[in-house]
Amino acid sequence: MATDKVDPIHQFHLNDLIHVDIGGLDLSFTNSSLFMVIVAVVTAGFLYLTTANRGLVPTRLQSISEMSYEFVASMLRDGAGSQGMRFFPFVFSLFMFILVANLIGMVPYFFTVPSHIIVTFAFSMLVIGTVIVYGFWKHGLHFLNLFVPSGVPGALMPLVVAIEVISFLSRPISLSVRLFANMLAGHITLKVFAGFVVSLGSMGALGIGGAILPLAMTVALTGLEFLVAFLQAYVFAVLTCMYLNDALHPGH
Amino acid sequence: MVDSKDADRRDATRAGGGNPEKGGDSLEARRKRLATELAARSVPETPEVEGREKPQGFALAVKLSSEFVAGVLVGALLGYLLDRFAGTTPWGMIVFLLLGFCAGVLNVLRSTGAVSTPVPGSRSGSAEQDKHDQ
Repeated sequence: MATDKVDPIHQFHLNDLIHVDIGGLDLSFTNSSLFMVIVAVVTAGFLYLTTANRGLVPTRLQSISEMSYEFVASMLRDGAGSQGMRFFPFVFSLFMFILVANLIGMVPYFFTVPSHIIVTFAFSMLVIGTVIVYGFWKHGLHFLNLFVPSGVPGALMPLVVAIEVISFLSRPISLSVRLFANMLAGHITLKVFAGFVVSLGSMGALGIGGAILPLAMTVALTGLEFLVAFLQAYVFAVLTCMYLNDALHPGH
Repeated sequence: MVDSKDADRRDATRAGGGNPEKGGDSLEARRKRLATELAARSVPETPEVEGREKPQGFALAVKLSSEFVAGVLVGALLGYLLDRFAGTTPWGMIVFLLLGFCAGVLNVLRSTGAVSTPVPGSRSGSAEQDKHDQ
Protein backbone atom coordinates (compact mmCIF):
# COMPACT_ATOMS: atom_id res chain seq x y z
CA MET A 1 0.00 0.00 0.00
CA ALA A 2 2.82 2.39 0.94
CA THR A 3 4.62 1.72 -2.34
CA ASP A 4 1.34 2.31 -4.15
CA LYS A 5 1.07 5.74 -2.67
CA VAL A 6 4.62 6.78 -3.49
CA ASP A 7 4.69 5.26 -6.97
CA PRO A 8 4.27 8.33 -9.21
CA ILE A 9 3.14 6.29 -12.22
CA HIS A 10 0.36 4.47 -10.41
CA GLN A 11 -2.12 7.27 -11.04
CA PHE A 12 -1.96 6.66 -14.79
CA HIS A 13 -2.87 2.98 -14.68
CA LEU A 14 -5.90 1.99 -16.67
CA ASN A 15 -8.31 -0.29 -14.86
CA ASP A 16 -11.22 -2.04 -16.50
CA LEU A 17 -14.40 -1.03 -14.78
CA ILE A 18 -16.71 -2.98 -17.09
CA HIS A 19 -14.96 -5.62 -19.13
CA VAL A 20 -16.18 -5.66 -22.73
CA ASP A 21 -14.57 -7.94 -25.28
CA ILE A 22 -16.02 -7.94 -28.78
CA GLY A 23 -14.42 -10.37 -31.19
CA GLY A 24 -11.01 -10.21 -29.47
CA LEU A 25 -11.16 -6.42 -29.45
CA ASP A 26 -10.82 -5.01 -25.95
CA LEU A 27 -13.55 -2.38 -25.69
CA SER A 28 -13.60 -2.27 -21.90
CA PHE A 29 -15.04 0.70 -20.09
CA THR A 30 -11.96 1.89 -18.17
CA ASN A 31 -11.40 4.56 -15.56
CA SER A 32 -10.23 6.76 -18.43
CA SER A 33 -13.56 6.27 -20.22
CA LEU A 34 -15.38 7.00 -16.98
CA PHE A 35 -13.57 10.31 -16.60
CA MET A 36 -14.16 11.20 -20.23
CA VAL A 37 -17.87 10.71 -19.60
CA ILE A 38 -17.62 12.78 -16.41
CA VAL A 39 -15.79 15.55 -18.30
CA ALA A 40 -18.39 15.58 -21.07
CA VAL A 41 -21.26 15.58 -18.58
CA VAL A 42 -19.69 18.30 -16.43
CA THR A 43 -18.92 20.51 -19.44
CA ALA A 44 -22.28 20.09 -21.15
CA GLY A 45 -24.17 20.25 -17.86
CA PHE A 46 -22.39 23.39 -16.72
CA LEU A 47 -22.94 25.17 -20.02
CA TYR A 48 -26.57 24.04 -20.16
CA LEU A 49 -27.46 24.93 -16.58
CA THR A 50 -25.72 28.31 -16.63
CA THR A 51 -27.44 29.36 -19.84
CA ALA A 52 -30.82 27.68 -19.24
CA ASN A 53 -32.54 30.70 -17.68
CA ARG A 54 -30.25 33.30 -19.11
CA GLY A 55 -30.74 36.97 -18.40
CA LEU A 56 -29.65 40.08 -20.16
CA VAL A 57 -27.60 40.84 -17.08
CA PRO A 58 -25.64 37.61 -16.64
CA THR A 59 -25.24 35.92 -13.31
CA ARG A 60 -21.72 34.99 -12.27
CA LEU A 61 -21.92 31.48 -13.67
CA GLN A 62 -23.59 32.63 -16.85
CA SER A 63 -20.79 35.12 -17.39
CA ILE A 64 -18.28 32.27 -17.11
CA SER A 65 -20.05 30.53 -19.99
CA GLU A 66 -20.18 33.75 -21.96
CA MET A 67 -16.52 34.44 -21.27
CA SER A 68 -15.50 31.01 -22.50
CA TYR A 69 -17.57 31.56 -25.63
CA GLU A 70 -16.02 34.99 -26.24
CA PHE A 71 -12.56 33.67 -25.50
CA VAL A 72 -12.72 30.84 -28.03
CA ALA A 73 -14.55 32.98 -30.60
CA SER A 74 -11.94 35.74 -30.52
CA MET A 75 -9.14 33.19 -30.61
CA LEU A 76 -10.69 31.60 -33.69
CA ARG A 77 -11.27 34.93 -35.40
CA ASP A 78 -7.68 35.99 -34.77
CA GLY A 79 -6.24 32.67 -35.84
CA ALA A 80 -8.37 31.71 -38.82
CA GLY A 81 -10.28 34.83 -39.81
CA SER A 82 -14.03 35.30 -39.76
CA GLN A 83 -14.46 32.31 -42.08
CA GLY A 84 -13.00 30.18 -39.34
CA MET A 85 -16.16 30.68 -37.31
CA ARG A 86 -17.76 27.74 -39.12
CA PHE A 87 -15.39 25.60 -37.09
CA PHE A 88 -16.45 27.22 -33.85
CA PRO A 89 -18.42 24.24 -32.48
CA PHE A 90 -15.46 21.97 -33.14
CA VAL A 91 -12.82 24.22 -31.58
CA PHE A 92 -15.05 25.13 -28.64
CA SER A 93 -15.83 21.49 -27.83
CA LEU A 94 -12.17 20.57 -28.14
CA PHE A 95 -11.02 23.45 -25.94
CA MET A 96 -13.66 22.91 -23.28
CA PHE A 97 -13.11 19.17 -23.18
CA ILE A 98 -9.33 19.48 -22.78
CA LEU A 99 -9.64 22.31 -20.27
CA VAL A 100 -12.19 20.52 -18.11
CA ALA A 101 -10.31 17.22 -18.40
CA ASN A 102 -7.10 18.94 -17.28
CA LEU A 103 -8.83 20.70 -14.40
CA ILE A 104 -10.69 17.59 -13.24
CA GLY A 105 -7.38 15.76 -13.32
CA MET A 106 -6.13 18.21 -10.69
CA VAL A 107 -8.55 16.80 -8.10
CA PRO A 108 -6.73 14.24 -5.92
CA TYR A 109 -7.47 10.61 -6.84
CA PHE A 110 -9.05 11.67 -10.12
CA PHE A 111 -7.77 10.41 -13.43
CA THR A 112 -6.20 12.85 -15.88
CA VAL A 113 -7.56 11.98 -19.31
CA PRO A 114 -5.01 13.92 -21.44
CA SER A 115 -2.08 12.26 -19.66
CA HIS A 116 -2.37 9.36 -22.12
CA ILE A 117 -0.77 10.04 -25.49
CA ILE A 118 -3.36 8.00 -27.38
CA VAL A 119 -6.09 10.37 -26.19
CA THR A 120 -4.22 13.52 -27.19
CA PHE A 121 -3.14 11.86 -30.42
CA ALA A 122 -6.77 11.12 -31.23
CA PHE A 123 -7.57 14.81 -30.63
CA SER A 124 -4.79 15.97 -32.90
CA MET A 125 -5.65 13.43 -35.61
CA LEU A 126 -9.19 14.76 -35.48
CA VAL A 127 -7.83 18.26 -36.01
CA ILE A 128 -5.46 17.37 -38.81
CA GLY A 129 -8.07 15.10 -40.42
CA THR A 130 -10.50 18.02 -40.44
CA VAL A 131 -7.83 20.25 -41.97
CA ILE A 132 -6.99 17.78 -44.72
CA VAL A 133 -10.58 16.80 -45.56
CA TYR A 134 -11.87 20.35 -45.49
CA GLY A 135 -8.84 21.66 -47.38
CA PHE A 136 -9.28 19.20 -50.24
CA TRP A 137 -13.07 19.56 -50.24
CA LYS A 138 -12.93 23.34 -50.38
CA HIS A 139 -9.85 23.96 -52.52
CA GLY A 140 -9.32 20.68 -54.34
CA LEU A 141 -5.73 20.23 -55.50
CA HIS A 142 -5.14 23.92 -54.85
CA PHE A 143 -4.78 22.85 -51.21
CA LEU A 144 -1.43 21.31 -52.14
CA ASN A 145 -0.09 24.84 -52.65
CA LEU A 146 0.36 24.75 -48.89
CA PHE A 147 3.45 22.63 -49.50
CA VAL A 148 4.95 24.81 -52.22
CA PRO A 149 6.66 27.86 -50.75
CA SER A 150 7.13 30.76 -53.14
CA GLY A 151 10.55 31.82 -54.37
CA VAL A 152 12.29 28.46 -54.23
CA PRO A 153 14.60 27.54 -57.15
CA GLY A 154 13.21 24.71 -59.29
CA ALA A 155 16.07 22.32 -58.59
CA LEU A 156 15.43 22.44 -54.86
CA MET A 157 11.66 22.20 -55.19
CA PRO A 158 11.23 18.40 -54.74
CA LEU A 159 13.41 18.47 -51.65
CA VAL A 160 11.63 21.45 -50.14
CA VAL A 161 8.20 20.02 -50.89
CA ALA A 162 9.14 16.70 -49.27
CA ILE A 163 10.37 18.53 -46.18
CA GLU A 164 7.23 20.65 -46.06
CA VAL A 165 5.02 17.57 -46.33
CA ILE A 166 6.89 15.84 -43.50
CA SER A 167 6.71 19.03 -41.48
CA PHE A 168 2.95 19.15 -42.04
CA LEU A 169 2.50 15.50 -41.10
CA SER A 170 4.56 15.98 -37.96
CA ARG A 171 2.11 18.56 -36.65
CA PRO A 172 -0.37 16.14 -35.08
CA ILE A 173 2.49 14.35 -33.34
CA SER A 174 4.05 17.46 -31.88
CA LEU A 175 0.60 18.76 -30.96
CA SER A 176 -0.32 15.61 -29.09
CA VAL A 177 3.09 15.10 -27.51
CA ARG A 178 3.06 18.64 -26.15
CA LEU A 179 -0.27 18.29 -24.36
CA PHE A 180 0.46 14.77 -23.15
CA ALA A 181 4.02 15.50 -21.96
CA ASN A 182 2.97 18.59 -20.04
CA MET A 183 0.16 16.82 -18.23
CA LEU A 184 2.16 13.67 -17.55
CA ALA A 185 5.29 15.47 -16.37
CA GLY A 186 3.32 17.87 -14.22
CA HIS A 187 1.42 15.13 -12.44
CA ILE A 188 4.53 13.01 -11.93
CA THR A 189 6.44 15.97 -10.48
CA LEU A 190 3.56 16.74 -8.18
CA LYS A 191 3.36 13.15 -7.03
CA VAL A 192 7.11 12.85 -6.49
CA PHE A 193 7.25 15.94 -4.30
CA ALA A 194 4.15 14.90 -2.41
CA GLY A 195 5.80 11.50 -1.95
CA PHE A 196 8.81 13.21 -0.34
CA VAL A 197 6.48 14.71 2.23
CA VAL A 198 5.15 11.28 3.17
CA SER A 199 8.52 9.56 3.31
CA LEU A 200 10.24 12.40 5.18
CA GLY A 201 7.31 12.74 7.57
CA SER A 202 7.67 9.11 8.61
CA MET A 203 11.27 9.74 9.75
CA GLY A 204 10.49 11.39 13.05
CA ALA A 205 10.72 14.99 14.25
CA LEU A 206 13.65 16.00 12.05
CA GLY A 207 11.91 14.48 9.04
CA ILE A 208 8.73 16.40 9.73
CA GLY A 209 10.78 19.59 9.90
CA GLY A 210 12.45 18.71 6.63
CA ALA A 211 9.14 17.79 5.03
CA ILE A 212 8.12 21.45 5.05
CA LEU A 213 10.31 22.12 2.03
CA PRO A 214 8.73 19.56 -0.32
CA LEU A 215 5.31 20.51 1.07
CA ALA A 216 5.89 24.13 0.06
CA MET A 217 7.08 22.90 -3.30
CA THR A 218 3.95 20.78 -3.70
CA VAL A 219 1.72 23.74 -2.94
CA ALA A 220 3.59 25.88 -5.47
CA LEU A 221 3.49 23.11 -8.07
CA THR A 222 -0.25 22.68 -7.59
CA GLY A 223 -0.76 26.31 -8.49
CA LEU A 224 1.59 25.89 -11.42
CA GLU A 225 -0.33 22.84 -12.60
CA PHE A 226 -3.56 24.79 -12.72
CA LEU A 227 -1.78 27.32 -14.90
CA VAL A 228 -0.42 24.55 -17.13
CA ALA A 229 -3.86 22.92 -17.33
CA PHE A 230 -5.33 26.11 -18.71
CA LEU A 231 -2.32 27.05 -20.83
CA GLN A 232 -2.09 23.68 -22.56
CA ALA A 233 -5.77 23.71 -23.46
CA TYR A 234 -5.24 27.22 -24.79
CA VAL A 235 -2.15 26.23 -26.78
CA PHE A 236 -3.96 23.25 -28.26
CA ALA A 237 -6.88 25.42 -29.32
CA VAL A 238 -4.64 28.17 -30.73
CA LEU A 239 -2.69 25.68 -32.80
CA THR A 240 -5.95 24.12 -33.97
CA CYS A 241 -7.01 27.56 -35.17
CA MET A 242 -3.69 28.03 -36.97
CA TYR A 243 -4.01 24.70 -38.75
CA LEU A 244 -7.63 25.39 -39.67
CA ASN A 245 -6.38 28.66 -41.12
CA ASP A 246 -4.17 26.63 -43.45
CA ALA A 247 -7.22 24.63 -44.54
CA LEU A 248 -9.24 27.80 -45.14
CA HIS A 249 -6.50 29.75 -46.87
CA PRO A 250 -3.79 27.56 -48.37
CA GLY A 251 -1.08 29.81 -49.87
CA HIS A 252 -2.25 32.11 -52.62
CA MET B 1 3.18 29.11 -26.01
CA VAL B 2 3.99 32.67 -25.14
CA ASP B 3 5.55 32.87 -28.59
CA SER B 4 2.34 31.82 -30.25
CA LYS B 5 0.41 34.37 -28.20
CA ASP B 6 2.90 37.00 -29.27
CA ALA B 7 2.72 35.89 -32.87
CA ASP B 8 -1.07 36.15 -32.77
CA ARG B 9 -0.81 39.62 -31.37
CA ARG B 10 1.67 40.61 -34.05
CA ASP B 11 -0.59 39.17 -36.72
CA ALA B 12 -3.51 41.02 -35.26
CA THR B 13 -1.65 44.30 -35.49
CA ARG B 14 -0.51 43.46 -38.98
CA ALA B 15 -4.03 42.59 -40.02
CA GLY B 16 -5.31 45.75 -38.36
CA GLY B 17 -2.76 48.06 -39.88
CA GLY B 18 -1.89 46.12 -42.99
CA ASN B 19 -4.06 47.64 -45.70
CA PRO B 20 -2.50 50.88 -46.82
CA GLU B 21 -4.83 51.14 -49.83
CA LYS B 22 -7.66 52.21 -47.54
CA GLY B 23 -5.42 54.51 -45.49
CA GLY B 24 -7.05 57.68 -46.83
CA ASP B 25 -10.31 57.04 -45.00
CA SER B 26 -10.26 58.81 -41.67
CA LEU B 27 -12.23 56.05 -39.93
CA GLU B 28 -9.77 53.48 -41.26
CA ALA B 29 -6.88 55.65 -40.12
CA ARG B 30 -8.40 56.01 -36.69
CA ARG B 31 -9.05 52.28 -36.41
CA LYS B 32 -5.47 51.63 -37.45
CA ARG B 33 -4.21 54.02 -34.81
CA LEU B 34 -6.42 52.36 -32.22
CA ALA B 35 -5.10 48.92 -33.19
CA THR B 36 -1.47 50.03 -32.86
CA GLU B 37 -2.16 51.72 -29.54
CA LEU B 38 -3.94 48.66 -28.20
CA ALA B 39 -1.05 46.50 -29.34
CA ALA B 40 1.42 48.84 -27.66
CA ARG B 41 -0.58 48.61 -24.45
CA SER B 42 -0.80 44.86 -24.43
CA VAL B 43 2.98 44.47 -24.81
CA PRO B 44 3.86 44.97 -21.11
CA GLU B 45 1.93 41.78 -20.27
CA THR B 46 4.55 39.64 -21.95
CA PRO B 47 7.58 40.17 -19.69
CA GLU B 48 5.41 39.36 -16.68
CA VAL B 49 4.62 35.94 -18.11
CA GLU B 50 8.21 35.42 -19.17
CA GLY B 51 9.32 36.32 -15.67
CA ARG B 52 7.89 33.00 -14.48
CA GLU B 53 11.09 31.15 -15.14
CA LYS B 54 9.92 27.61 -14.56
CA PRO B 55 6.75 27.08 -16.61
CA GLN B 56 8.22 29.05 -19.46
CA GLY B 57 11.44 27.04 -19.55
CA PHE B 58 9.78 23.67 -19.23
CA ALA B 59 7.00 24.46 -21.67
CA LEU B 60 9.55 25.72 -24.18
CA ALA B 61 11.63 22.56 -23.77
CA VAL B 62 8.60 20.32 -24.34
CA LYS B 63 7.49 22.41 -27.28
CA LEU B 64 10.82 22.45 -29.10
CA SER B 65 11.70 18.84 -28.42
CA SER B 66 8.27 17.64 -29.49
CA GLU B 67 8.56 19.63 -32.72
CA PHE B 68 11.93 18.11 -33.50
CA VAL B 69 11.11 14.54 -32.50
CA ALA B 70 7.83 14.68 -34.44
CA GLY B 71 9.67 15.56 -37.65
CA VAL B 72 12.15 12.71 -37.27
CA LEU B 73 9.41 10.24 -36.32
CA VAL B 74 7.23 11.08 -39.30
CA GLY B 75 10.25 10.84 -41.62
CA ALA B 76 11.15 7.44 -40.20
CA LEU B 77 7.55 6.25 -40.46
CA LEU B 78 7.23 7.37 -44.09
CA GLY B 79 10.55 5.74 -44.94
CA TYR B 80 9.53 2.52 -43.24
CA LEU B 81 6.18 2.40 -45.04
CA LEU B 82 7.83 3.14 -48.38
CA ASP B 83 10.34 0.35 -47.84
CA ARG B 84 7.61 -1.99 -46.73
CA PHE B 85 5.37 -1.46 -49.75
CA ALA B 86 7.84 -0.54 -52.50
CA GLY B 87 10.58 -2.92 -51.40
CA THR B 88 13.32 -0.29 -51.55
CA THR B 89 14.97 -1.33 -48.29
CA PRO B 90 17.00 0.43 -46.91
CA TRP B 91 16.96 3.50 -49.14
CA GLY B 92 13.53 4.80 -48.25
CA MET B 93 14.39 4.76 -44.58
CA ILE B 94 17.74 6.49 -45.13
CA VAL B 95 16.38 9.22 -47.36
CA PHE B 96 13.21 9.89 -45.38
CA LEU B 97 15.00 9.82 -42.04
CA LEU B 98 17.31 12.55 -43.36
CA LEU B 99 14.35 14.50 -44.73
CA GLY B 100 12.58 14.03 -41.42
CA PHE B 101 15.61 15.41 -39.63
CA CYS B 102 15.47 18.46 -41.89
CA ALA B 103 11.75 18.82 -41.26
CA GLY B 104 12.35 18.55 -37.51
CA VAL B 105 14.98 21.30 -37.62
CA LEU B 106 12.64 23.38 -39.77
CA ASN B 107 9.82 22.85 -37.24
CA VAL B 108 12.06 23.98 -34.37
CA LEU B 109 13.29 27.04 -36.28
CA ARG B 110 9.70 27.90 -37.16
CA SER B 111 8.39 27.58 -33.65
CA THR B 112 11.19 29.76 -32.31
CA GLY B 113 10.37 32.29 -35.01
CA ALA B 114 13.83 32.09 -36.63
CA VAL B 115 12.25 31.07 -39.94
CA SER B 116 9.00 32.45 -41.30
CA THR B 117 5.85 30.32 -41.47
CA PRO B 118 5.32 28.15 -44.61
CA VAL B 119 3.91 30.75 -46.98
CA PRO B 120 5.10 34.23 -46.00
CA GLY B 121 2.11 36.06 -47.47
CA SER B 122 -0.46 33.55 -46.25
CA ARG B 123 -1.39 35.05 -42.87
CA SER B 124 -1.67 38.67 -43.97
CA GLY B 125 -3.14 37.50 -47.28
CA SER B 126 -5.86 35.62 -45.44
CA ALA B 127 -6.70 38.70 -43.39
CA GLU B 128 -7.07 40.70 -46.58
CA GLN B 129 -9.21 37.99 -48.12
CA ASP B 130 -11.45 38.12 -45.06
CA LYS B 131 -11.90 41.81 -45.58
CA HIS B 132 -12.98 41.13 -49.15
CA ASP B 133 -15.34 38.39 -48.01
CA GLN B 134 -17.02 40.75 -45.62
